[in-house]
Amino acid sequence: MGRYVGTSVKRVEDPRFIQGKGRYVANIQFPDMVYVAIKRSPEAHARITRMDTSAAAAMDGVVAVFTGQDFKDGGCGSLPCGWLVPDTKVPDRPIVVTDRVCHVGDSVAVVAARTPYIAADAVEAIEVDYEPLPTVVDARGAMDDGAPLVHAEIEDNASYHWALGDQEACEKAFAEADEVVEIELVNQRLIPTAMEPRAAAAQWDAASEEMTVWTTSQNPHPIRLLLSAFTLGIPESKLRVISPDVGGGFGSKIFHYPEEVIVPWVARQVGRPARWVATRTESQMTDSQGRDHVTVARLAMTSDGTFTGLDVETWANQGAYLSTFAPLIPTALYITLLSGNYKMPGVFGKVHGTLTNTVPVDAYRGAGRPEAAYLVERLVDLAATRLGRDPLDLRRQNAIPKEDFPYQTPVAFLYDSGDYDRLMATAADRADYAGMRAAQAEARGEGKLRGVGVVCCIEASGPAPSAVAGSLGSAVGFWESGEIRVHPTGQVSVFTGSHSHGQGHETTLAQVAADELGVPIESVEVVHGDTGRINFGMGTYGSRSACVGGSALVRSAEKVRAKVLKLGAHLLEAAEEDVVYDREAGRVHVKGSPDRGKDFGELAFAAYTAHNMPEGMEPGLNVVSFYDPANFTFPASSHICEVDVCPDTWEVRILRYVAVDDVGKVINPMIVEGQIQGGVVQGVGQALTEIGSYSDDGQLLSGTLLEYAVPRADLLPGIEVDRIETPSPHNPLGVKGAGEMGTIAATPAVANAVLDALAPLGVSHIELPLTPERIWRAVQAAGNGA
Amino acid sequence: MRHRVCLSVNGKAEEFDVEPRLLLCHLLRAYVGLTGTNIGCDTSQCGSCTVLMDGKAVKSCTVLAVQADGCEVTTIEGLAGADGLHPVQQSFWDHHGLQCGFCTPGMIMTAVEILDRNPDAGDAEVRHGLEGNICRCTGYENIVKSIVAAGAGGTS
Repeated sequence: MGRYVGTSVKRVEDPRFIQGKGRYVANIQFPDMVYVAIKRSPEAHARITRMDTSAAAAMDGVVAVFTGQDFKDGGCGSLPCGWLVPDTKVPDRPIVVTDRVCHVGDSVAVVAARTPYIAADAVEAIEVDYEPLPTVVDARGAMDDGAPLVHAEIEDNASYHWALGDQEACEKAFAEADEVVEIELVNQRLIPTAMEPRAAAAQWDAASEEMTVWTTSQNPHPIRLLLSAFTLGIPESKLRVISPDVGGGFGSKIFHYPEEVIVPWVARQVGRPARWVATRTESQMTDSQGRDHVTVARLAMTSDGTFTGLDVETWANQGAYLSTFAPLIPTALYITLLSGNYKMPGVFGKVHGTLTNTVPVDAYRGAGRPEAAYLVERLVDLAATRLGRDPLDLRRQNAIPKEDFPYQTPVAFLYDSGDYDRLMATAADRADYAGMRAAQAEARGEGKLRGVGVVCCIEASGPAPSAVAGSLGSAVGFWESGEIRVHPTGQVSVFTGSHSHGQGHETTLAQVAADELGVPIESVEVVHGDTGRINFGMGTYGSRSACVGGSALVRSAEKVRAKVLKLGAHLLEAAEEDVVYDREAGRVHVKGSPDRGKDFGELAFAAYTAHNMPEGMEPGLNVVSFYDPANFTFPASSHICEVDVCPDTWEVRILRYVAVDDVGKVINPMIVEGQIQGGVVQGVGQALTEIGSYSDDGQLLSGTLLEYAVPRADLLPGIEVDRIETPSPHNPLGVKGAGEMGTIAATPAVANAVLDALAPLGVSHIELPLTPERIWRAVQAAGNGA
Repeated sequence: MRHRVCLSVNGKAEEFDVEPRLLLCHLLRAYVGLTGTNIGCDTSQCGSCTVLMDGKAVKSCTVLAVQADGCEVTTIEGLAGADGLHPVQQSFWDHHGLQCGFCTPGMIMTAVEILDRNPDAGDAEVRHGLEGNICRCTGYENIVKSIVAAGAGGTS
């Protein structure tokens, strides 16, 4: 169907980016603008005993200096948390602290100045005396007896406890198990590191009392809602939030941040436009971070390798405050994924969300699902080792068979569709798995440390049915809006509540709309990221834009077609049932007589002239739909990775990486492949190079790109991408999310490969990232050091 | 104390009085008004701000504006000619060499220099040449493909 969906249309947004015309927030500049800089806490936990802003305020070019009390007195509310599981204890999170800092990077004071350089100087001139308080940084240690409290009113630093699954079946599985494998592991803290540092700009119109805020957000409408209802107090009708081009997000730009309040508040106070742009160091210590779990788990199985139960307990570090969606990630996006791609009756998981003196933790690419996949896929490899089985073979034995879909897991989700056996067979074929194993045996014979890692992973994408989200703790709904405005000339503007920050929606959503209406893609323009132009929207995360945002457009297109068809029949003086809407040609014509018809453009024009309308039909051709998904969609992947570990330097060298994914129907194969490739490299980063680490006293030790090692171009030799398609029955496009699958699968694929390589040395587990030092230490500890 | 800096930016003579500490990237963005040169870090790791200075790729966050006095600077805005996109720009578009676009100007300027040194640069040489540029979106796969193809005449 259609001319565009399923084809690799070149991206329509690219010409501006490749010519340096990207419209990023940091590029917004007005005459008379003030530049905002923020004094950050160097302490992880401390009482502020004295602050002197006088020297800063007196500097030439400084327009104003504000403290936490100024924001409080000036009507700024605390940052709320938008997802609360039962009995969640929510610490107060002020825009700018007044008396106590809770993590390195906490906002202490704000400067507005004539230039960014003067603002930076003034920040340095603010004197603050701190009385250090005891700190806690460890996810599990936070709940130890006698651990320092991050917030005195929250006992044990436990923000919430949550559990899900069939505990009875789980206990039975372990009671009757022939074999049990256990693991304790850390899923390390990651720093998302979108290449564009966060930024905000604001302009206040005193005459109309309208505020415009530009922010690096993945979801401008929810930000407007939070600004209006909680933090800034300007009515939504007077508040316009624009997320123009945004340079990557990976989850970190979902959340409502203090600076989104600070900048418009300052703009109104000083009566001048204002702008703040984070330095990289500021981003690393204030952008919400990811992962950071400590987990104890065990897998039960029969002697023939049939998985029967999985029992998981996790301590999830939430940082010093609850970021906007923080409790969602280790609960409804983690425990729910613990069944993996496997048939297991007894899955049960519980999680403790703990508070520490670290940067808040929230969604980062995959968000909960990578943590589940890494855990399950490590356990499966341990099971294979225990049973002396091939890990791919054991996975295929336990995979949910395709005839079992839709498949109800013991942890709430109803998987939509899939063929995991074919997925793994395709990956094995593509990688020449048997050949890889033969080569491994040969390499081992030559004294090489060769490993092969294989995984099969699941994702829940396209959040979410609003009622389900509400029942799990969400304060908002997760539908999406899509508006199709057909102009009198037949040109089409598509307004989506989804937001593109690299995903290419201006192309893919145009492909969908063009095919649905049967018009040339050149006549379709996609508009996103502006509350002043789009009625509402929930934004982009959780690989939801095609599933939910795309489906909203399909619904609107159906309504446009229905009206055009009716109008066409009327103008052709035919009964409605005697005409057809030809989506190939973009034309309404009499059945069997293609010549007797009217083009889409003619009918659009007729809808606006309204000279001759059917009885009761309103003029115009403009439709808005709000699409609430019936369920999540469930992409799956099987990745195979081949590595060598150097026995001299202990460096890991990836020899091959094969990614086979099932993301349902594909709108634009080129863009989907790009998403998979980029996702894989982020997952490899977690496996090999990245860690957001803190000292015991809460100092962030990886606060710049010197210490936080994101992958470089030479980390992989290339990625071989392939796919199978099992369409999702849960949405009209048959699509599943494509944005996160690569990241979810890559971390365990690489970890399994490295540990397979080290198996002859007696090493069965190393915490990520698998740096040469960590590998060397593990080898030494196993008594096999050369 | 302020210093006079005279330089050519994309072929146009520019003259400014600047603080000695002003970085070239800030001169380009705030004084010249060319915001295509993005700033992604503060430790010269990411390469987003790469421009050509007298034909050499430099990270404009590690160059003081005063050091650029008398130099010819080319930014991403100056790359396309009267006859359209530069072959490297075209190749990035053709091969999906970008996603969010933020690192792209720096990647393209670095690529121009890589291919200037060796128009036949292969996969490994390009990956090595990109060591100073970080992309968080693409996994580098299509960036490498774009550059190799541009070098081979954009025919791949």
